[in-house]
Amino acid sequence: MLTEMAIFIFLALVVVASAMAMLLSRNAVYAALFLAMNFVTVALLYLILGAPFIALVQVTVYAGSIMVLFLFVIMMLGAERLPGGEPLRGQRVLAILLGCVLLVEMGLIFALRSGLLQIQMPAVVFSEPVDLGELLFTRYQLLFLVTSVILLAATVGAILLTRGDKVSLRDLLQRKE
Amino acid sequence: MGIPVSYYLVLSAIMFVIGILGVLLRRNALVTFMSLEMMFNAANLIFVTFAAYYRVLTGQIFVFFVMTVAAAEVAVGLALMVAIFRTKHSIDLDQMSSLKG
Repeated sequence: MLTEMAIFIFLALVVVASAMAMLLSRNAVYAALFLAMNFVTVALLYLILGAPFIALVQVTVYAGSIMVLFLFVIMMLGAERLPGGEPLRGQRVLAILLGCVLLVEMGLIFALRSGLLQIQMPAVVFSEPVDLGELLFTRYQLLFLVTSVILLAATVGAILLTRGDKVSLRDLLQRKE
Repeated sequence: MGIPVSYYLVLSAIMFVIGILGVLLRRNALVTFMSLEMMFNAANLIFVTFAAYYRVLTGQIFVFFVMTVAAAEVAVGLALMVAIFRTKHSIDLDQMSSLKG
């Protein structure tokens, strides 16, 4: 119990610290690396919550591919250096104020709505990836197929958006004939 | 026994607020995107927490779908950013005001 709590508090501190570091760092590459650290730490929290499949998907998809994509685009565009200064006067103060208001509101909702602050978590059950896969391919099969269509559309969209102006669709079709 | 649910909720709320602050404060479009990802992550943490609390797997299934859609969103968003950089030679969000009336 006590070690569990100590591990959770350590992980939570790492999550918050890496998130703050991402927010405050002036270099976009450092921000991306702090975000990767944040994702890996949240994956450890998923492991504590008994969700090993989600934890590993988090590491491979978020900390792996999405971060590689981010770093690739940052370095390709040469956007490491970020401009300082604030665009609107008082935006920073206002944003932090509104953020604090939102945090307090969320805390109040958690505290008042259902008394969640007193609820203890039951003993976490280790959920097998096999059960998850079974549910995914039976009850949620339609959603799974829709997801594949979304990924295909995103791939086609990304290729179309970033192709050069030289090659148009008509050229490709004419070349084929 | 174990860690109270509220700890996870508070951690998730803090992550979400940091993400919102990133969207509000940073002018670099890439960092704004990273903050969006962190907000996704905060929502996912709540999903997994309540999946463990109610002992149903549906929460984890939804996290899986959220991750997939987030991956698609990042791919399209970064492609858009590359296209914008080609025409404007900057990804400063304040420069992207061409649609302003």
